[in-house]
Amino acid sequence: MEKIDRDKVQEVLNQYQNQPVYIHVEITSGMYANHLNSEVFNVGTFMRNVQVEFVQGAIRGGKDGEYRVGLKLVNGGWIYVLGLTHYVINENDEFILHGFDHDGKMASALEISANEFFK
Amino acid sequence: MEKERHVLVVFPHPDDEAFGVSGTIMKYIDAGVPVTYACLTFGDMGRSLGYPPFATRESLHDIRKKEVEKSAEIMKLTDLRLLGYRDKTLEFEPPGHLTSVMQDLIGELNPSTIISFYPGYSVHPDHEATADAVVDAVTEMNAADRPKLHLVAFDKNTLDDLGEPDIINDITGYEDRKEQVMAAHISQTGPLLKRLAAETVDGKETRDAYLKLEQFYSYDIN
Repeated sequence: MEKIDRDKVQEVLNQYQNQPVYIHVEITSGMYANHLNSEVFNVGTFMRNVQVEFVQGAIRGGKDGEYRVGLKLVNGGWIYVLGLTHYVINENDEFILHGFDHDGKMASALEISANEFFK
Repeated sequence: MEKERHVLVVFPHPDDEAFGVSGTIMKYIDAGVPVTYACLTFGDMGRSLGYPPFATRESLHDIRKKEVEKSAEIMKLTDLRLLGYRDKTLEFEPPGHLTSVMQDLIGELNPSTIISFYPGYSVHPDHEATADAVVDAVTEMNAADRPKLHLVAFDKNTLDDLGEPDIINDITGYEDRKEQVMAAHISQTGPLLKRLAAETVDGKETRDAYLKLEQFYSYDIN
């Protein structure tokens, strides 16, 4: 993966606009966060292979290499992910954005693909 | 270690066997005991994608599959069962489903001992779901047919509630291979391997924690 290049990521988001796409969205503190530090509250979510269509996708932020992406959906809904740092388009043509925390662990993800993700 | 007919190891993630159990697995295998490792998921929702990251959420599945296969090869474990559930989702399978999977494994292999996690003391929901399925499957057996349960517990309350572990396996002589097993899971273990190798107080403590003894609790169904 490469560190996010804002212009390149915006360009790829534009390519997925106005068509049905599959989404993987994930935020996680990790299952051991509270085990390792009792001050921390464990949280996490993932949604996988949810099909949506967005009319506008935009990348914002960039302070300290941390970006936000918002997808405005055709039905008026939203997908929002905070804390993205890296991106890649893989061999299956899946557009993958990850955010790595200060320990180098994945904390956030937004993935977009024209085809279903592996089940 | 007692002579066993067959040891069944059941964990949910491809590196769960490495840290607290791989020395024991190798001792059994070297003593001629058949060992089966049933690993329920591919660990494909892990947060560690390498240090620095070389995997993605999408590639982690294949990477961790190769890692656990390499781990099995180092342990000379020939019966590796990858059951293919998605990481994090075990507790949401239909009630009784995983128990029936365990019953099938037990019925096929007739193990004299099962190694898994200790219910209520294994921290991660996938660990707990695995532990519950194993204990439920064994509970439903006739008392005379039940395999022994050697379970791993590491919740913060373990010592207070369960006391000291009653099964302690000395894995002296297996230090190097156990380190290789941990290194096989390189997407997950980068920082730990550095600590193990460090000539510091922490390095020594880490080596003492992982490379000398492996500890289990026996679990009495009654």
